[in-house]
Amino acid sequence: MTVEKMIAQLAGGMFVSIQIFLVTLIFSLPLGMVVAFGRMSKHPLLRGLVKGYISIMRGTPLMLQLMVVYFGPYYLFGIKITNSYRIWAAWIGFVVNYAAYFAEIYRSGIQSMPAGQYEAAKLLGYSRTQTFFKIILPQVVKRILPSVTNEVITLVKDTSLAFTISVLEMFAIAKALASSQTSLIPFVAAGIFYYLFNLVVAMAMDFAEKKLAYYQ
Amino acid sequence: MKLLEMNHVKKSFDGLSVIQDISLSVEKGEIVSIIGPSGSGKSTLLRCATMLETMDSGELIYLGEKAAWSGKDGKMLYAHKKDLRRIRENYGLVFQNFNLFPHFSVLKNIMDAPVSVQKKSREYAHQTAMELLKKMGLEDKAEAYPCQLSGGQCQRVAIARALALNPNILFFDEPTSALDPELTGEVLKVIKSLADLHIAMVIVTHEMSFARDISDRVIFMANGVIIEEGPPQKVFASDNERTRSFLGRYIP
Repeated sequence: MTVEKMIAQLAGGMFVSIQIFLVTLIFSLPLGMVVAFGRMSKHPLLRGLVKGYISIMRGTPLMLQLMVVYFGPYYLFGIKITNSYRIWAAWIGFVVNYAAYFAEIYRSGIQSMPAGQYEAAKLLGYSRTQTFFKIILPQVVKRILPSVTNEVITLVKDTSLAFTISVLEMFAIAKALASSQTSLIPFVAAGIFYYLFNLVVAMAMDFAEKKLAYYQ
Repeated sequence: MKLLEMNHVKKSFDGLSVIQDISLSVEKGEIVSIIGPSGSGKSTLLRCATMLETMDSGELIYLGEKAAWSGKDGKMLYAHKKDLRRIRENYGLVFQNFNLFPHFSVLKNIMDAPVSVQKKSREYAHQTAMELLKKMGLEDKAEAYPCQLSGGQCQRVAIARALALNPNILFFDEPTSALDPELTGEVLKVIKSLADLHIAMVIVTHEMSFARDISDRVIFMANGVIIEEGPPQKVFASDNERTRSFLGRYIP
């Protein structure tokens, strides 16, 4: 097989990797906010449940979580696993896992806000919703951006874990090609792909940080 | 009718009694200074008056309307949320450390609450904000961000922000404690210039000569009680031992 052919096959995997990446971000970023509110809830039962969820998500391997999501329906309920469920399992597993991490980042950002900002907003008559969206959230975004960048970069590399449930993403294809062609080239190409992908991510996040640097 | 009435207010933190039965009232347009040693409960009293802190017992009344009162079982009751919103429009507060919104420009800091809370038109809010900035001597800073200003300028913006909502009474919680003497001077000058706006002011301060010059009434607090109150000439010439030991060199 020529190098061109290998690259062409890998390109299909790239598309799946990017897809997992985007789906995960689009859903886990807002879901993380909901989880963060649950984690900070006054309600002890809700807070405890969310705390447990975050603890499990952070305390067990993502690889294992993907397998549970993929095989769980069959072992627990005897539901037949279809081929098309594979990618869904990957999306669900990633979203649920990353939401937990993002939730803790949001919480750290929200709790680092000085009480004076809430007090000033209250005195000026802002409602709770206005206070959160106009005063608190924009400042929290700026504060947490470096931590979010870290997490997003990790996500790019983590998408390769989808190969454990046989999702044909970049890494799964590279691995298959490497053994069938007894060549290192697919791995090198995969490495370059992840690196360039993260370079773009880092540049985008850097741009966002600079955008928000107009105040301290 | 009294603008503000606080009756038998008590407040303690973890068993430590910070305010022990204080009653206080403020008339329309009156300027009241609250002085006293650190830890005497002055700021806590302001925080109870502005409902940033709940009181343990007592009564809080704005323009005859009850905002908070002790129920029969001794628990504090607060007015309905909707009524509280209206009651809150009576007053503004200037904080010791300004608490400006750092991500808003100076102009937006002042304009945003009138527009998004009081639903004033942008044109009107903009005009009011510019007039206030002019009064504060900061019209050239409208587009600046708080981090680009000195402490004194920040505090003047904070005063403009509070005034933009047109309060009947403006509370100042040690407005110059975070400033050096020069910046203190410029902020005090601005506060003095507000006297002719005829809004009532309650000022917690450690600036004794300022309190003496500006106030209609001075309240001296220590250990959570009012030791003495009256016109500045009277309090600053007091023969009360506690007052004398605090005021020291300011007493002739």
